[in-house]
Amino acid sequence: MSITRDEVAHLAKLSRLALTEDELDHFAGQLDVIIGAVARVQEVAAAGIPPTTHAANLENVYRDDVIAPPLDADLVLSQAPAAQAARFRVPRILTEE
Amino acid sequence: MTVTVPYDLAVARYEPVIGLETHVELGTLTKMFCGSPVTFGAEPNSAVCPVCLGLPGSLPVINKTAIEYTIRIGLALNCSIATWCRFARKNYFYPDMPKNFQISQYDEPLCTDGFLNIEVDGQEFTIGIERVHLEEDTGKSQHVGTTGRIHGADYSLVDYNRAGIPLVEIVTRPVPGTGALAPAVAKAYVSELRDLLRSLAVSDVRMEQGSLRCDVNTSIAPAGSGEWGTRTETKNVNSLRSVERAVRSEIERQAGVLDEGGRVIQETRHFHEETGKTTSGRSKEEAQDYRYFPEPDLVPVAPSREWVQEIRAALPELPAARRVRLQAEWGLSDLDMTALRNVDALDLVAETVAAGAAPDQARNWWLTELSRHANDTGAELADLAITAEDVAAVIALVAAGQLNNKLARQVVDGVLAGEGSPAEVVAARGLAVVTDTSVLSAAVDDAIAANPDIAAKIADGKVAAAGALVGAVMKATKGQADAASVRQLILERCAANLAAAWSPAGGTSRPLTTLRRILSDLSAVCRRTYVFPQSKRDLPAVESAKVAQFFTERYPDFGVPRRCRSPTVVTSGCKTQRRGRSPLE
Repeated sequence: MSITRDEVAHLAKLSRLALTEDELDHFAGQLDVIIGAVARVQEVAAAGIPPTTHAANLENVYRDDVIAPPLDADLVLSQAPAAQAARFRVPRILTEE
Repeated sequence: MTVTVPYDLAVARYEPVIGLETHVELGTLTKMFCGSPVTFGAEPNSAVCPVCLGLPGSLPVINKTAIEYTIRIGLALNCSIATWCRFARKNYFYPDMPKNFQISQYDEPLCTDGFLNIEVDGQEFTIGIERVHLEEDTGKSQHVGTTGRIHGADYSLVDYNRAGIPLVEIVTRPVPGTGALAPAVAKAYVSELRDLLRSLAVSDVRMEQGSLRCDVNTSIAPAGSGEWGTRTETKNVNSLRSVERAVRSEIERQAGVLDEGGRVIQETRHFHEETGKTTSGRSKEEAQDYRYFPEPDLVPVAPSREWVQEIRAALPELPAARRVRLQAEWGLSDLDMTALRNVDALDLVAETVAAGAAPDQARNWWLTELSRHANDTGAELADLAITAEDVAAVIALVAAGQLNNKLARQVVDGVLAGEGSPAEVVAARGLAVVTDTSVLSAAVDDAIAANPDIAAKIADGKVAAAGALVGAVMKATKGQADAASVRQLILERCAANLAAAWSPAGGTSRPLTTLRRILSDLSAVCRRTYVFPQSKRDLPAVESAKVAQFFTERYPDFGVPRRCRSPTVVTSGCKTQRRGRSPLE
């Protein structure tokens, strides 16, 4: 199991991370080591051991459909970097094609 | 710009394959993963909390009712319900989700492998359901700039009230083999699905408010090639009519592309209500790299078989079965049922009937007068300011003879204008039918006296001329009389006059012929059959006692006819004639 420098570059783009060429070299190496370490889990996988899907061995944790009071709108918007007309104001989403 | 191919030509040479992805907002009280209320039209950002705002440290917890509703949908669509499944993170950068990911289901949907049967033009289609999964809805963005769209916007404004509302996605398998009916099949599927969801009480399924939204996949391939073409996914399809138009327009466009030797690009397209056309949206290639992984903040969902069985046992009667039952109960034709479904009036008629109205009357009102009103005002029938109970009340007033059809329409107009209940409108507008026979009798006498020429025509055998007298009486009573009753009164009065004037010894049978005609007309009005003896041999045996009695009772002012044969009532021998009592008996 390994990860290539190109894959790291692709992931960085999807994650909107502007990595320099040097950083790509650096992180690609580090991520490869991490993935290699995690992949060692597969070495102990055996037929008798069911895959673990969650650290907590639980299922069906639900809440009832009961309303909890929402936050005050003014408080909510006071946390926004920018707000307008009671809405979150966000920068341009898509650049011109 | 590619030239589109006219629809008929396009489907003559290409075979379409369609597929639909439908998103349904569940009608739970709270959101999918937090207790914030599910609202529509509330003040922006007034129904949010740390969880649906994606604030650090907040954790989602699954709404049990949302799981139950989704299982209910899955069962109604004949799906298998997963014994164990997980939610997944769908990662993307887009400010409609403040977390930068949406919690959805990926390779482990809650329900899989079902079907829904639909009917188009009497032809049945089975639409395969690939999956039904649960996710959370996104916030609502407004794009500010010269274009008003996301492209070219200067910035956007986001309201997170919708973010986190439970959203069920229902995905069909590709549907081949529909040919030219593809647009109609797409529409019929969404319509049937909407009815189904409504019957399950899991959503208010209002397309115009976005609680039911469709993405329509369309591809075409040369007829007979046995291949499937490249599909496009059209978004923004938010009415039944648009579903049909979007498929049609994509078939026409793709046929144009292929005719010119081009290739259809797999892409998202946007549907525009104004033009009925689609335009290219963002390219999918990179956007589809969502890097799904199991949601670490939630534990698996493993619905017990007992719970699923409980939900199955509690399923209500589904629309297809209900339609069959109602049609049988109401005695309406297939055509009527289709018409009622097309204007979404099935429930309204059912409620009207439940409120005591005769089914054919309920059908008439909703399909004609009220449909016309809805068309005129651009409203849905269900949104008109009249309830099924109001309509049933109007029908009852007509049946009781207190309103004629014309007055009933005025009462309905009043109810629609917000003037109150039918009874209140009748009282306020003074619309009740004149039922006082002495008033009507006087008006009839006046009309006969004022129109001696018409009275003479009737006496001469031209019974149809009575219509003019009916008009005169209706005018005199300002339209507030029942026309059929007026006509009956006029004919009876003329009959009485003639009967009084006639004597077998008088030598002429002409008044008798006229009397016969009048009584035949009366038969139509009263829906009974009165027949005079047809043979001259019967005439000498004229029996006048019953005639005399009848006319004296009803018209004490008129003299008693000296001799007259009683009309006989035909009670058998002819299917079209109804049994009944003669007015002379």
